[in-house]
Formats: sequence, C-alpha cells, structure tokens
Amino acid sequence: MSKIITKNLNLWYGNFHALKDINSSFEPNKIIAIIGPSGCGKSTLLRVFNRMNDLIEGVRIEGEVLSDGKNILGPAADLVALRKKIGMVFQRPNPFPLSIYENIVFGQKIHESGVTRDGLNEIVEESLKSVLLWDELKDRLKESALRLSLEQRQRLCIARLIAVRPDVLLMDEPCSALDPQSTQRIEELMRELKNNYTIIIVTHNMQQAARVSDDTGFMLLGELIEFNKTEDIFTKPRDKRTEDYITGRYG
Amino acid sequence: MERHFDQELSGLKQDILKMGAFAEESIYKSIDALKNRDKSLARAVVDNDVNVDNLELYIDEKCIDLIARYQPMAKDLRFITTGMKINAELERIVDIAVDIAQRTIELSDKPLLKPLIDIPKLTTVAQNMVKMSIDAFVKGDSDLAKKVLMSDSEADNLRDAIQKELVEDYMVKDGSMAPRAVQLLLIARFLERICDHATNIAEDVIYLVQAKIVKHHPEQLDK
Repeated sequence: MSKIITKNLNLWYGNFHALKDINSSFEPNKIIAIIGPSGCGKSTLLRVFNRMNDLIEGVRIEGEVLSDGKNILGPAADLVALRKKIGMVFQRPNPFPLSIYENIVFGQKIHESGVTRDGLNEIVEESLKSVLLWDELKDRLKESALRLSLEQRQRLCIARLIAVRPDVLLMDEPCSALDPQSTQRIEELMRELKNNYTIIIVTHNMQQAARVSDDTGFMLLGELIEFNKTEDIFTKPRDKRTEDYITGRYG
Repeated sequence: MERHFDQELSGLKQDILKMGAFAEESIYKSIDALKNRDKSLARAVVDNDVNVDNLELYIDEKCIDLIARYQPMAKDLRFITTGMKINAELERIVDIAVDIAQRTIELSDKPLLKPLIDIPKLTTVAQNMVKMSIDAFVKGDSDLAKKVLMSDSEADNLRDAIQKELVEDYMVKDGSMAPRAVQLLLIARFLERICDHATNIAEDVIYLVQAKIVKHHPEQLDK
C-alpha cells in the first residue's frame, strides 16, 4: 500500500499557482527523488507532506494528501502526530544548541512523557547506531551538537527524527552543504534507512537522484511532468521536457 | 541552447562515421580483389586493419572519457553506449573483410572455380545493409534501421543457395575442387556474418532512437 498518495493537489501562494493537479503515489521502503529546476514546486510539494506550508501567509491548498489512507490536509489532522510520523531533514543541518544527547531525546520528551532514563539512553544509542554515529560519539554525548562537523550534524538531525520512530523521512537537499565524501556517506545511510522508512528527497543534483533513488518525479512550473522508475527516467524518459531537463538542454 | 557536450557528441559521431567508411571500403575492396584476382588490393585490405584497430580503441576511449566527464543521461547516454557497440560491430566487419582478403590471396594463384554470380549478389546485400545501418545511425532513422532487419533473411537465403551449389555441384562431384570450393564457401559465410553485424547495428539504432530493445525480442518491433 502506498505510504503517501496525492489526489488533484493544488497549492497557491496568494495568486501564484505553485502546485498544479499533482497526482502521485509514494511507495513504502523506497527512496523517491523529486527533481526539477528552481521554483518548479518540488520543495513546496515536500512541505505539503508534513504541513510546513501552513506557516506561510496567503497559502491555499486544494485536493487530498493521503497518508496511510487518511487525508492529512483535513481539519481533523493532528499536526504534532503528523510531524512525528513524517519528519523533515533540511538543507543546512540544524541541530538545537544543546548536547548531542539532548538533541536526540528532544522529540521524545515532546511526544512521549514518562520514558525512563534507561529508556531514553536506549533510544539515543539506537538512533545514533542507525545513522552510524554511535561509535564516534558514544563518549561525547554531553558535548554540544554545534561542535560536530557538518556531516555529523546532518546525521544527528536524521537520528533526531528516527528517535520518534517516523514512517517517512522528507529530505530537502540534505547534501547540498556537504563535500563529496560526506555526500557519499549520507547516500549510503539513506540506502540503509530505506529498509525501515520511506524517504522522499528533493535534490538539484541529478546524479544524486540517479544514484540513490528507486523512483523519480520530474517537476516543471508546478506540474509533475513525469513520475517513473529512476532507471527509466534517466535512460528513456517519456516526456520531451524531462529529456531536455536531465540532459541539460532546458532553458 | 547549444551545449559544449553537443560538440563532443558531434565529434564522436564523425569518428564513428569514419569507422563506417573503413568498413564499407574494406568490404568493397576485398570482394573487388576476389573478382579481379588482385592480390595487391587484397593485401591493402589486410594492411589497413591496424588503422581500423587504432581508431576503434580511440573511439572506445573517447566514449569512456565522455561518460566519466559529463555523466550523460537519457538520449545522450544511449548515444554513447550504442556508439561503443556500433564501433565494435564495425571493427568486426573490417576483420571479416580481412578474412575475405586472406582467402582471396590464397585463391589468386589458382584458376577460378566458377564464374562468381551469387557471391557478388550477396556482397551487394551486405554492402547495402552496412550502408543503410550507418545511415540510420547518422540520421537517427529507426524506419531505415527496420529495413536493415528485414534484409537479413535475403542474405541467409543467398548464403544457403551458394552453399548448396558449391557442395552439390563441385565438392561432391569432384573432390579435387574441394579446396577452392571451401574457400568460396567461407567467403559466403563471411559475407553473411557481415549482414549479421549490420543487423546488430540496426538494432542498436532502434534502441538509440526509440529506447526500445529489439535484440532477441523481435516482437517489440511492431509495438
């Protein structure tokens, strides 16, 4: 069963029609890349999935976004529960100015009070292990997260999401601030994580989309032009506009 | 928007065309040498093989270099990968023409077994198939590529007819003719192999143009 389904999704920022009739289906335990030129609506689409656009003035949304069969755009949607279930990693790693330990248990304290100290310790260990940071950081848990390298901070932000046991990880250009080696390691981590999570990644880096994703969607001017298996998108795209974009002829 | 990469691809296309010209020329010269019992022309075909081998390696390296530096996608990727395959097919065609030239050198001191009738016909089929397959590649014309695929059975029929005649009318009747008949039989077989390579090129062109794999899947042709 699809993890997220969009049906005739439209979004306006004031008069600007940013998403146009998006119909798509995101399968579980896959990495799905959304590519497209700047301003095509890919980050907007990603932000719809955990209602981050709600904070923007003048935004209007029509259509449906179903997560496990429930419309997350409906008035009954519980935003705190939604953002626990569908978490987001941003372009610049943004750990809280707290210790490594506190960063990871922060969400846990909001979502589940009454977890014992041992329970929290276990969550920290598990979360750091799942982002392959445990061996590096297990003796530095009290240090400030701001002393970590950029790559470590990005991993920590992913660990912070994993600590609240989400279903879907949204990643908005998660490697754009990282060097090639760190990028490669984050991509390896994504491949590990997809066994347990569905990952939707927005990226400008087409090679990254081609390397890491199972499915790819190409967006242009607010439309989802083509959504297909990654190998098909990058070897035999069906739409001329997709072909032009991925071969660098767009514009 | 013209990309610098387009200039690189256009250069690659020219190099593959040059390889195609070598292939057409080698077939023509090797059969011309056979018809006219021209040993020196046959030797020229053999001697030119080294230039073709060098061009093949150059094109291969160029393709690998373009993949590494540009990380091509979609049609660009299909162009380079099919370019590499077509390069290998053309080099094999030249190798076969060299085989024909070598048989010609061996035959040239002996009297002609029989007037050549079907071998020139098969040669024309082979030359047309190679030419059409290269044209299809240059123009990105999958209809022309399909015509090449259709011609392959004609080549098979001609080879069978040549084989039947040489075996039944010469080898069986008079064993002393067998050595020369075998050489002609081999040449017919070589020409038919050239047609197979042209067919492979045509299948690659269909993949390049339509992103459709018809090799080993002829039913895909009509879809």
